[in-house]
Amino acid sequence: MSQNGHVETGTARVKRGLAEMLKGGVIMDVVTPDQAEIAQEAGAVAVMALERVPADIRAQGGVARMSDPSLIKAIMGAVSIPVMAKCRIGHFVEAQVLEALGIDYIDESEVLTPADEENHVDKWQFKIPFVCGARNLGEALRRISEGAAMIRTKGEAGTGDVVEAVRHMRSVSQGIRRLQGLRGDELASAAKELGASLELVREVATTGKLPVVNFSAGGIATPADAALMMQLGCDGNFVGSGIFKSGNPLLRAKAIVQATTYFDKPEILAEVSEGLGEPMVGISSSSLRPEELLAGRGI
Amino acid sequence: MSAVKVGILALQGDVREHRQVLESLGVEVRQVRLAAELEGLAGLVVPGGESTTMSRLIQRFDLLGPLQEAFAGGLAALTTCAGTILAAREIRDGLPDQVRLELLDIVVRRNAFGRQRESAEVLLEIPAVGPEPVPVAFIRAPAIEEVGPGVEILASYRDEPAAVRQGHHLALTFHPEITGDPRLHRLFLSGL
Repeated sequence: MSQNGHVETGTARVKRGLAEMLKGGVIMDVVTPDQAEIAQEAGAVAVMALERVPADIRAQGGVARMSDPSLIKAIMGAVSIPVMAKCRIGHFVEAQVLEALGIDYIDESEVLTPADEENHVDKWQFKIPFVCGARNLGEALRRISEGAAMIRTKGEAGTGDVVEAVRHMRSVSQGIRRLQGLRGDELASAAKELGASLELVREVATTGKLPVVNFSAGGIATPADAALMMQLGCDGNFVGSGIFKSGNPLLRAKAIVQATTYFDKPEILAEVSEGLGEPMVGISSSSLRPEELLAGRGI
Repeated sequence: MSAVKVGILALQGDVREHRQVLESLGVEVRQVRLAAELEGLAGLVVPGGESTTMSRLIQRFDLLGPLQEAFAGGLAALTTCAGTILAAREIRDGLPDQVRLELLDIVVRRNAFGRQRESAEVLLEIPAVGPEPVPVAFIRAPAIEEVGPGVEILASYRDEPAAVRQGHHLALTFHPEITGDPRLHRLFLSGL
């Protein structure tokens, strides 16, 4: 490349940069190439390729693992938008397999059964970017220290109940506001409390935001849910079971995309919310037993 | 001196990064999601993001007509990555009915370099903005495979044009806003 200087792939900037491009958009869980095409047609910014959506993982139980590479490849072949896939928490070999497949983003996800109860994947070792779930600022900063290039709330996947995503988004925002109010000599103690590095804590206290994009996830089922999360300050939405477990997936997917863009325009939200058919039935997350909650995995 | 007003098409994508660069240059910025918000603008940034998503939103909210009218009335565009796909005369590997603004006489191929693992930070020589190369990011970038006679090539990457100018429109296949180098935004503003 005589006309150009240095070229470098897999840098933190290009990993975080792809997440910047997804801002204001919706990432949809899909389990077949046909669903991926519906998601793309509806205006999804990316799809998450899975064998089972979280609602089915919850219902069927058993060990939930990385999806079959043939399914992931078929979905990658069906659409031209970015394709993400999930690996188990700490399962760095599943992550290596996903990287070898050329996936665009890896979700190290609590929705799958954790492979390691102590350690997450060392995400700096990969050229492919990672997104990780977080319930609060400490978790978010620990994941970023491990190399996550994007954060999402954990919420409570597969419930269609937005309450946990709201709790997690508010918790991250409150954590950031608290740091902004502290004196410089109080940050070391705050870092210790959060279980996060002082360097990252200082950065967040100064800038007032996470150094990576922060999406919502886990229980978003309606256009109003999507707009609620945007008004609470998230950068975009993951929608898992909420679309393809509903009565009319294409219509609902489009409406959630539109609501994510026009999140602060109630007249438009009213219009796009009309006549969408049945939402996913859902489960109130407060009715789940503690061992049924996914959000407590991988803290 | 009249205040130059610049908008950013804010349907989806890296609106915040463009806003930061423009504000660092002292420019008043307005986010555009509705046709009425185009009123009085001299320039419009069409940011990076997913071109298919922006396309669907332009169709659903009937923005194509108002955008074309504004450009016909003299509005200048700075487009990056997905924005450049929307600005092209022809799109390769797009959706069959994907929106085209047809601002520049260029043919663009989506994801021309492959998937995210091919995304790269590059020091790009762009003589039009100075002798020092510009740090930029190519993220699942498109390529400009053909240019018409009225199109000036300002920079190339992997033997394809990566920054082009036609009239007062400036189209880039990469992101200067991610690295924050303000020289291309300054070049765009100087033409308003």
